[in-house]
Amino acid sequence: MTTATAPPEEPLSGEANRAAQEPRPWWLGALRWMVEANVAVVTFCAIVFGLFVGAILIVVTTPATLTAWGHIASAPGHSLSVIFSTLGNAFGALFTGSIFSPSAVGHAISTGNGWNTAFTPISETMVSATPLIFAGTGVAIGFSTGVFNIGGQGQLIAGALAATYVGFGVHLPIVPHLILVVLAGAAGGAVAGFIPGILKARTGAHEVIVTIMLNYVFLNLLDYLLVTPPLQQPGQSNAISRTVPASARLPHLFGGGLRVNAGFLIALGVAAAASWFMKRSTLGFEFKVIGSNPSAGRTAGMDARLASVLVLTISGALVGLAGMSTLSGTDFFLSSGYGGNNGFNAITVALLGRNKPIGVVFGSLLFAALSTGGRYLQATTNIPLDLTQVIQAVIVFLVATPALVREIFRLREAGAGKILLFTKGWGS
Amino acid sequence: MSVVELAPAPSSFVPAPDERLVSLSRVRGMGAFLLALAVVMAFAFGLGSPPHAKATFLLSAPPAVGVSALVMPVRWVSVSLAVVCAGLGVALLVRTRQRGSYLVFGLGVVVFIWALLAWAARGNSLNFVAMLAETLVSATPLVYGALSGVMCERSGVVNIAIEGQFLAGAFLGAMLGSATGVLWVGVVAGGVAGALFGALLAFLALRYGADQIIVGVVIVAFCTGLTNFLTQQVLTPYQASLNSPSTFSPVGIPLLDKIPILGPVLFFQNVFVYGAAVLLVVVHVALFQTRWGLRTRAVGEHPRAAETVGIHVLSVRYRNVILGGVIAGIGGASFTIGSIGEFSANMTAGLGYVALAAMIFGRWRPFGALGAALLFGFSISMQSFLAVLNVGIPSPFLSMAPYVITIAVVSGLVGRVRAPGADGVPYSRE
Amino acid sequence: MNLELVGITKAFGQLVANDRVDLSVGAGEVHCLLGENGAGKTTLMNVLFGMVRADSGEIRVDGQPVRFADPGDALRKGIGMVHQHFMLVPVFSVAENIVLGFEPVRRFGFLDRRRAHKEIRHLSEQFGLDVDPDALVEDLPVGAQQRVEILKALVRDARMLILDEPTAVLTPQETEALFKIIRSLASSGRSVLFITHKLKEVLAIADRITVMRQGRVVGRTTPAESGEADLAAMMVGRDVELVVAKTPAEAGDPVLELHDLCVRDERGLTAVDHVSLTVRAGEIVALAGVQGNGQTELAEAVTGLRHVESGSVRLSGKDITNATPRHALRAGVANVPEDRQADGLVLSMSVADNLVLDVYDQPPYAKLGARDLARVRAGGEAKLKEFDIRASSVEDPVSSLSGGNQQKVVVARELSRPIKLLVASQPTRGLDVGSIEYVHRRMVAERDRGAAVLVVSSELDEVLALGDSVAVMYRGRIVGVVPPTTSREQIGLMMAGAAEAQPAAVAVPSGSGVPSRSGAPSGSGSEEQ
Repeated sequence: MTTATAPPEEPLSGEANRAAQEPRPWWLGALRWMVEANVAVVTFCAIVFGLFVGAILIVVTTPATLTAWGHIASAPGHSLSVIFSTLGNAFGALFTGSIFSPSAVGHAISTGNGWNTAFTPISETMVSATPLIFAGTGVAIGFSTGVFNIGGQGQLIAGALAATYVGFGVHLPIVPHLILVVLAGAAGGAVAGFIPGILKARTGAHEVIVTIMLNYVFLNLLDYLLVTPPLQQPGQSNAISRTVPASARLPHLFGGGLRVNAGFLIALGVAAAASWFMKRSTLGFEFKVIGSNPSAGRTAGMDARLASVLVLTISGALVGLAGMSTLSGTDFFLSSGYGGNNGFNAITVALLGRNKPIGVVFGSLLFAALSTGGRYLQATTNIPLDLTQVIQAVIVFLVATPALVREIFRLREAGAGKILLFTKGWGS
Repeated sequence: MSVVELAPAPSSFVPAPDERLVSLSRVRGMGAFLLALAVVMAFAFGLGSPPHAKATFLLSAPPAVGVSALVMPVRWVSVSLAVVCAGLGVALLVRTRQRGSYLVFGLGVVVFIWALLAWAARGNSLNFVAMLAETLVSATPLVYGALSGVMCERSGVVNIAIEGQFLAGAFLGAMLGSATGVLWVGVVAGGVAGALFGALLAFLALRYGADQIIVGVVIVAFCTGLTNFLTQQVLTPYQASLNSPSTFSPVGIPLLDKIPILGPVLFFQNVFVYGAAVLLVVVHVALFQTRWGLRTRAVGEHPRAAETVGIHVLSVRYRNVILGGVIAGIGGASFTIGSIGEFSANMTAGLGYVALAAMIFGRWRPFGALGAALLFGFSISMQSFLAVLNVGIPSPFLSMAPYVITIAVVSGLVGRVRAPGADGVPYSRE
Repeated sequence: MNLELVGITKAFGQLVANDRVDLSVGAGEVHCLLGENGAGKTTLMNVLFGMVRADSGEIRVDGQPVRFADPGDALRKGIGMVHQHFMLVPVFSVAENIVLGFEPVRRFGFLDRRRAHKEIRHLSEQFGLDVDPDALVEDLPVGAQQRVEILKALVRDARMLILDEPTAVLTPQETEALFKIIRSLASSGRSVLFITHKLKEVLAIADRITVMRQGRVVGRTTPAESGEADLAAMMVGRDVELVVAKTPAEAGDPVLELHDLCVRDERGLTAVDHVSLTVRAGEIVALAGVQGNGQTELAEAVTGLRHVESGSVRLSGKDITNATPRHALRAGVANVPEDRQADGLVLSMSVADNLVLDVYDQPPYAKLGARDLARVRAGGEAKLKEFDIRASSVEDPVSSLSGGNQQKVVVARELSRPIKLLVASQPTRGLDVGSIEYVHRRMVAERDRGAAVLVVSSELDEVLALGDSVAVMYRGRIVGVVPPTTSREQIGLMMAGAAEAQPAAVAVPSGSGVPSRSGAPSGSGSEEQ
């Protein structure tokens, strides 16, 4: 539509600023903040709703609760107590498995022993978060340029493969060796990201399709390499790679069997660097301009094609680091289907973190907690781990449509509740 | 706001692919590629096989009238086909026009595949008819998926959730087909499952203007998680009652299925294959010859123009996205009650995305998508037959083939595509 | 049809676009709604056509109150609209576009193409609207597209036709043809509501005139009662000086030299056809022509945005043919693009960032790949003052600014670095009079500073007021370069392709069409935008 009408000379935000300057008790402001659809509240509501959907799924599928439903008419009290205890156990397990177990902590405090056990859940959460932070940051940088990198799985495998080859193929003292391993991981992922980037720039092939297809290509490539020397573990007929030596392993941050390792710190460092990159660097600015309006970028002398190659390469490099971090941090060898859902969860984490590295860090910790908790849940109550993926998906649905959250939770409208639009159609 | 987009059109009364999009350099590239293939054929397939090895292509399959097998000396066939392929490559290299280049290139690829199969079947035999029949079976879900994509994207909504709708349809189709013992219930259930996720996509994308690609990807994640979860929670404990549907068996069309070669391929298939064929024609005719189609395309190309003539843009989109979901869901059901007879986690293996690529390669036209789906279907079918022949190509590389071909197709052959003008763009009235 | 709008009020946020607007149009009447850009005319028409719902007020058709929830309702009541930006599906045929939403069908919803063709042919003969029902709309020149839009309304038997700025894209001759059509519509008893900001047209065609300013009706009159100056004063709210104050040009050395330039459009059709043109330091060359005759492509070729097929572009003697946009920019070419929102600004980003969009990586705004945000901000604040940009803060997104202020951001950015050549395409399109005057003043100042200025405009008034010489483009060629004292009729003829008479000019025989390099039908592509 044509803009037949000019906004007023004094833009609205001036009005808002003045309103904000009026004195007002802080608690009233805090209350207002809590009922308006700002980023924090919307995200929180999304998480609550996601957990709620998870609870429903448990209630309608667990055999114990199903039996209880059958008796709801005859023995309602008993049925309800079964249902609530199942839910309580489930969410308790989620919490115990990912943050800490009160009993273990209590034991540790009273006896002075067992601190390792008490800290194991939180350590595991940090371990799971590490690859998500790397990969989520990579995907977020892509989104900011309007490039949708769904190739996390493939790039992660490429990074892990490169790190493994350098891990067992090179013999060096630990510090140079680790540096080399980290660089190899980034390089592997970068190569895997460069492919869709150059195809997009040169032929116009849409990165969404190419990156997805490359996931399957790398999965199969990995399967091939795992049964082929020199990667295959000598003397093994299974599809398992050689193990990397100690000099190629990321050191643990704390002793005593807690698995959280230097990878977590590197991930935080990378997130901080990415944050600087997006906010302060000229290249990051160029990426943002091209992501928001490529033709304005072009008119201002920027090269959108080069940018899409660069951004996919950088994005791939970061996702490759995710593969390196699990390989050198906890796994030490490769197997078929390496990386699991990490590549894909990177997308949900980037969306949850609203494309900001700091948001990605928190999003990663949350989803990591869900999945470590989910593993504990599966072990203790037999509820499948996949439940957490459903919960994650529900959370991201809501984060991507703040207006829906506003309606469900009856929040007041606020500027931050804007819709997330990252991607471009097929033609661009 | 630019109102008239400057680029050639995929849609009009007379469908015609646009010539100007294909550049001559691309034609040269195709020519060079054919020459490379010819080298492979001559040296790897021809001179690489034993001098007197013969390959047998069996051409009979029930219920058709039997015909004698085709027996070929591998070396001679490969070398002479290599000469043909090289000739076609040279023809492309010296061309000055683009018209018909795809045809020549396609011919070259067919010749290459012939040689490849002859080489693979050296000293052995390959049931060529069964392979073609399998091609159709493999292509069927892709056709459903691509038609679903056509339905949605022609109205301006990107449906990348096809993979998720496949999974949902496969799951619910298997479960209800198994629980009721009536396969048609499974088909309906598959359609309903797909429609549900179509409705979800429409709801989030149309009512709230959410990013369509993101919503689509998250729907896939959701469906993957949910079907995995339910498989372990529900299907596995009650495998016998909930996850053991029978499958639609092939039904011969009387007389036609007796035709040699064509009969078993085209006229001895299950209902999903026939259904895909019918649907293909229906969607094509509806899209280009009816009021519904005209309005759908208008909404997908220029929604505001449609709005100004009184068409309700969002209603058209809701309807198409949900109908598209039904089609994808039925396609999903074909995975379980069409062939395998059981649901297993992640069984669609990214074919929903391949279907999307087929739609793009087919330039948002039903029959274009069919061609692409057949191409991908053939690569899937060939891969499984080559695996059986044990030709010395590592099996991961064979499994990779459909995906690599998809990448090659979207980047090498399609290039910068022209999607419907408003594809993926949220619409609001003000 | 008798149409009345009573007390229509519509606000967008705090902005009142229509404030108790009354308007009435009788049967067979040509009613002009006059107002400058931003006066609220389009909003009013969108209310009338059911695209926007009014906050209060009433629409009456033949005395009966009606409610339009969507354009379909308006169409059913016999109201048709030709939008400023044509509402045509480019990849559809003319016939498909005309019947869309009103399709004659046979059984099972199959389109009845024969009936559609018959009806279209009948109507186009009746009103002299010449179109080919089978042609693709995207292949048609704008004039023909407009005829398609009119037919769209007629095929629905519209009793009332709204034309929103219909002449913006037409030559004077095409405008005259449109007026003939309008008169024949009126004489058939139909009402025409003609929306424009061009005074001459109002006086030529109107039976009655309603003038709007800042969302309100400020006057009702007829051509007999008011002259051009009265209408202008009413429209703007003060006396308007319709000429640009400038001294005669002191042209210096050639800055921009185009030699035999050939450029193709998106579809590979020749858009610029062997054009040679020189712009000297200290002069403004105005490139006139109906939109879509290659001016856009020419400007893009100069600024490095479009590939040059053959010929050369030289800047102060240096060859910059097919330089990258960045290279052209650094060589001293400034570019005010035609569509500021699409190509000139990143709407979601702040005013400050938009002000450095092409120097973001240069000192003082960046060092060693790191941006100096404090300097960006300070520089932005300085420019806000210098260029009189009304924004409450440089941190505001540029989308929150009015159209005039957005354009000032673009102009400020382009004029803030040392430039040899300014290329400005449609620099005042959609702006209010105050902003137009300001932008014109800055461009003249830039000329006086010694820059070469190339202005592309399809507004004849602007071309004549601003240019030190006027080059007219038609079908990719420059059909003549004439002084700005040339009569409007003369330039109008040149814009329509007729040869320019004066011997001094570089005239090209007309009527022969364009020898198209791509072999495609000549002119069919380059006509269109």
